[in-house]
Amino acid sequence: MGQYSLSINGRSLQVNVPGEETLLSVLRNRLGLTGTKYGCGEGQCGACTVLLNGQATRACLSPISAAAGAKIVTIEGLEQNGKLTPVQEAFLEEGAFQCGYCTAGMIMAATSLLSETRDPSEEQIVAGMNGNVCRCGTYPRIVEAVRLASRMAAQGGTR
Amino acid sequence: MNSLKPEQASADGTGPGELLVDRREFLKGLGAGLVVALAPGAAWEQESGRGFGGHELPRDISAWIAIDTDGGVKVFTGKVEVGQNIRTSLAQLVAEELRVPFDSITMVMGDTDLVPWDMGTFGSRSTPTMGPQLRTMAAAARQMLMEKAAAQWNVRAAGLSAADGRIREVQGSRSISYGEITRGEMLVKIVSGEQSLTPPAEWKIAGTPVHKADGRDFVTGKHQYPSDITRPGMQFGAVLRSDGFNAKLVSVDTGGAEKMPGVKVVREGDFIGVVAPDAFAAQRGIAAMQAKWNVPPQQGNEGLFEYLKTSPEPGEQDRPQHASGSVAQAMASAVVKVEERYTVQYIAHAPLEPRAAVAEWNSGKLTVWTGTQRPFGVRDELMQAFGLPATQVRVIQPDCGSGYGGKHTGEAALEAARLAKSAGSPVKVVWTREEEFTWAYLRPAGLIEVRAGARRDGTLVAWEHHNYNSGPSAIETPYDVPNQVIQFHPSKSPLRQGSYRALAATANNFARESHMDAVAHAIGIDPLAFRLKNLSNPRLRAVLQAAADKFGWSQSTSTPKRGFGIACGTDKGGHIATCAEVEIDSGKKIHVRHVVAAWESGAIVNPDGLRNQQTGAIIQALGGALFEHILFGDGRIQNAHFAEYRVPRFRDTPKIEIVLIDRKDLTSAGAGEIGLIALAPAVGNALFAASGVRVRNMPMAPDSKVPGIPESPFRS
Repeated sequence: MGQYSLSINGRSLQVNVPGEETLLSVLRNRLGLTGTKYGCGEGQCGACTVLLNGQATRACLSPISAAAGAKIVTIEGLEQNGKLTPVQEAFLEEGAFQCGYCTAGMIMAATSLLSETRDPSEEQIVAGMNGNVCRCGTYPRIVEAVRLASRMAAQGGTR
Repeated sequence: MNSLKPEQASADGTGPGELLVDRREFLKGLGAGLVVALAPGAAWEQESGRGFGGHELPRDISAWIAIDTDGGVKVFTGKVEVGQNIRTSLAQLVAEELRVPFDSITMVMGDTDLVPWDMGTFGSRSTPTMGPQLRTMAAAARQMLMEKAAAQWNVRAAGLSAADGRIREVQGSRSISYGEITRGEMLVKIVSGEQSLTPPAEWKIAGTPVHKADGRDFVTGKHQYPSDITRPGMQFGAVLRSDGFNAKLVSVDTGGAEKMPGVKVVREGDFIGVVAPDAFAAQRGIAAMQAKWNVPPQQGNEGLFEYLKTSPEPGEQDRPQHASGSVAQAMASAVVKVEERYTVQYIAHAPLEPRAAVAEWNSGKLTVWTGTQRPFGVRDELMQAFGLPATQVRVIQPDCGSGYGGKHTGEAALEAARLAKSAGSPVKVVWTREEEFTWAYLRPAGLIEVRAGARRDGTLVAWEHHNYNSGPSAIETPYDVPNQVIQFHPSKSPLRQGSYRALAATANNFARESHMDAVAHAIGIDPLAFRLKNLSNPRLRAVLQAAADKFGWSQSTSTPKRGFGIACGTDKGGHIATCAEVEIDSGKKIHVRHVVAAWESGAIVNPDGLRNQQTGAIIQALGGALFEHILFGDGRIQNAHFAEYRVPRFRDTPKIEIVLIDRKDLTSAGAGEIGLIALAPAVGNALFAASGVRVRNMPMAPDSKVPGIPESPFRS
């Protein structure tokens, strides 16, 4: 067990957990942040994607000891004062989900992608998102949503 | 903003559904307003004020609708939302017939204490059966409200109209809201007769692309899936798994787990699990156990299809589904004869949310939140396991992380309930991905043998189709063939198998439509022309033509590097045709570049949801067509991880075009499944057109050789 200082969605907090417990387990099972999903536990599906210092990161592969000190953002931390981010708006607009279980991971991956590449090509979106699985097969709409989010961000946030 | 919230009042321990005893109690709990229930078999129709006049509700009620005094509408149905968008499309149908805004509707689904019994959500039944039932009730409710308003105003109901949740005088200025009409009374109407329903051509809310109910909760992480449910004092459970199927426990040492602080070991016979205050400790507890298992030798991939053919399920009828004329005589006279065998492998549903459940015991009553397509089936399992009456078990299905036919059963629910009972606290169990791959059930593998005969002019004369193990769905040919033998042969399956989206329609259609293509090529006739020559079903002809037109079939000439294929099929009232363009690169790697699917399933309830479903079905079908397969032997699944079991990803996705044919003159069929059934043969036929090689085994281009079948020359 160890004491770890975390910064999650702009909030600082301390947890007392085994250092090898994953960030995903801490978020979901100890902090009640269940928006981040378990899909495989092996970094293969992307359902657990969060931002670690702005970078898309698999929370299921990140021991809490490695996440301590980093700026962590989860799906719950995107909305600000009731206002959705362009990526969230775009997913809604395009109806880019079916069961929605992959959606949090998809949105975090897309957020990270767009922070690095403001106006990605379809190939760049596919390459950037390929580690995220949507078992319902909503990929074409997700690609469209990322493109729409890129356009919306260029126009200053929302439409 | 829409208010179509799943009814989860129970999650915080309050709400109208607490401790329901029976349906009458429930009706009392609803308070004032109008309740309309449908009892298709009831020989009486009753309307009463206040309460229920001493009558019990008929037992075969399938759904009900309640309109409260504020005009809010609650629809109670045992159907569940698993990503197929039925929460939205059923609400559209009710809003349409009731003439209320879409946002005024709350769908109460899949909570066994709140909704009438339902067999489950599968087989594309929600739209064609629950849809008309809800429409009937809504139409009856609207009629009753009009009659009430007419009585209050002392006018004739024929002079009134209903819109936006209000009744209005057509010639006059008076109007009254639905909520006001009931005047604080509780009115109950049992509908058994037919109602006049709004024709789809006049639909204003149904038939439109309404967005997913509560979509915002899915982009903010707010929606709570079964694995997200938390209860006060909840602990976490995990279960010790055996080394293989049909294993016997030889010995187990649980001492390591017992020494861990907070970890409680639960043992009931061969069921061994732990409960711990946190999930990490629960997993640790299981990992610390030393168990020895005796796993008997068992059938694996090698020799699987010979095994399925020679291992009939005992007690099953050995009789054709369909037989006509004489196949033997027709084959003897046929000029073109083609006889082949086709196989499909076991594949996994792999819903992204694995099985999960939270169980809570409260004064002898068990409540379980779990992801399932059959909440009442899971309730039955729990009743049986714990010897409880129906009133003491409540199963709640929060809209879950999908199922695809794979969540009919309640394994995690049972485990959580056992652990919770022993621990004396609520317990959550979430299966790992490996557990989901290994201990859930699979889409059946199957062997299909087909022989066909045709005349030189392209007329089919004989068709014989035998399916071993995979199933009888869509086994009958839609083509006009005078001499047929069509038979499903149930086998003993070495692996646990069950429903999978589209069931065996995918396998039977793969074999049939690949075979149709082979016969067309043997005759030397265009595959589309050959189909149309032998097909009189107008709906199937229409989708074939629509897909071919959109795809540009007549201008599509295959080369060794690029092939074009076509296939069609019908199942569960839906009709689909699919065209595929496949590129073969120098390394025999194949890339599906373009897919056109034309689809007709009667009147479309939500074109946006339908397109989403159809696109998803094509992508899911690509997995089974090209690479998905379970590797197994000696009672073990050998590729129980996404690193080894490949599923379709962004990179596998072709350009997809959907042509929807909206037949407003026909009843709406369910659309969740048939989208899968024509993709694999279209791709296989395209591969043949390019390469001259016919791959008769699904998956057609796996990443490595699948034991037990000839190696495919293609990779994907």
